[in-house]
Amino acid sequence: MAQKPLQFRLNGAEKAVFVEDGANLLDVLRRSVGDLTAKRGCAQGGCGACTVLIDGVPGLSCLTLAETVEGRSVATAGGLPGDGSHPLQEAFMAHFAAQCGFCTPGMLMAATALLESTPHPDRDQVVHALSGNICRCTGYEPIIAAVLEVAGEGGGGRS
Amino acid sequence: MTVTVHCVPTVAEAAEAVARDRSARYFGGGTLLMRAVNEGADEVGILVRTTDPDLKRITSSGPSITLGAGVTMRAVLADPALAFLHPVARTIGGPALQAQATVGGNLFAPHPYGDMAAALLALDAEAACAGGPSRPLADLLRDTGTAGSQVVRSVSFTRPAAGTFRFRKVTRVRPTGAPVLSVAASIPVVSGRISGARIAWSAMAPRPLRAAEAERALEGCRPDATGIAGALAAAARGLDPPDDALASGWYRAEVAPVHLRRLLLEDGED
Repeated sequence: MAQKPLQFRLNGAEKAVFVEDGANLLDVLRRSVGDLTAKRGCAQGGCGACTVLIDGVPGLSCLTLAETVEGRSVATAGGLPGDGSHPLQEAFMAHFAAQCGFCTPGMLMAATALLESTPHPDRDQVVHALSGNICRCTGYEPIIAAVLEVAGEGGGGRS
Repeated sequence: MTVTVHCVPTVAEAAEAVARDRSARYFGGGTLLMRAVNEGADEVGILVRTTDPDLKRITSSGPSITLGAGVTMRAVLADPALAFLHPVARTIGGPALQAQATVGGNLFAPHPYGDMAAALLALDAEAACAGGPSRPLADLLRDTGTAGSQVVRSVSFTRPAAGTFRFRKVTRVRPTGAPVLSVAASIPVVSGRISGARIAWSAMAPRPLRAAEAERALEGCRPDATGIAGALAAAARGLDPPDDALASGWYRAEVAPVHLRRLLLEDGED
């Protein structure tokens, strides 16, 4: 299968890999780069577990043709502090906003994008921002509460 | 099937590349095609994409508006001049999907998708295809399947008068789930009577389409419960809505008049 070179920034670090023609960004992140934070849920764009930020904009990495991120910046939950000290991570823990945790990286990235564009969103804005991300455990309310708490604190930018 | 990606600089070249090979598919935002690629669909052998900047252009000249086929739902939402389309774009997936889903792609989205296509039908849009003249979008959707054998360059329409354009999406997963049905309408009222109404359905047929009988029934009627009764009776006449996991065709036909009534009597432009 034909391979193409691909260079992009992942969480601020330059990455250069070869990708198969037609590969999606999710597979490149997980298999070629080794960032396992974005999850493969439906691979159909329906669950949001693979949500990453591409040039600061939320994107579904499973539906993103990898070569389209050439020269661009990709942010994943892998770029958040490993000790869980980001305000969103702390709020998710405080509100028990993760149970199985499979959706959490996507939720965190969707929430990060929201808080960077809208530092003090209201509930409707939070619901809309998370509307493409499915959680089968929490019933959503703890997640919404966590994001609103961070918004109330005025935080939300990536550290 | 092994997938090959061809990237060309212009829409015209993309159209030529698509026409050359039966397994070639035009790649817009990728929300439909990447699903097929992820599933290993045999019929997709070549993805043809283009970096043509015209595709992402939104142009407005007087009342005329042209949306490049590559304009995303996110771009629509970011443009205050397109506020009448915001209720449509806002319901097409979450923010991540909206950043990828394009106006052109929505024209060829399979059932039950096609909310923007229905809105553009209600706006009486024309579609410009690569290598061909503009033609009514209704004709393009009627004649073309979801395989996308033509490459649409842009869609053009006239800005609706304030308060005349309406959109309603019925979904089981709010706010952005796939539609049970969607209905868009342009309802001009002249001297207290409806004149030149256009109504379009999505998810009520394999492809979005105009509700011609309901439109005719509205002509000259007052926009009240009595005036629209004929249109409600004709709402789903002649349609055979598809069954799917969201709703049966029977259910869609039964509730279509209910939602058309709400659209005509309760909804208004943002």
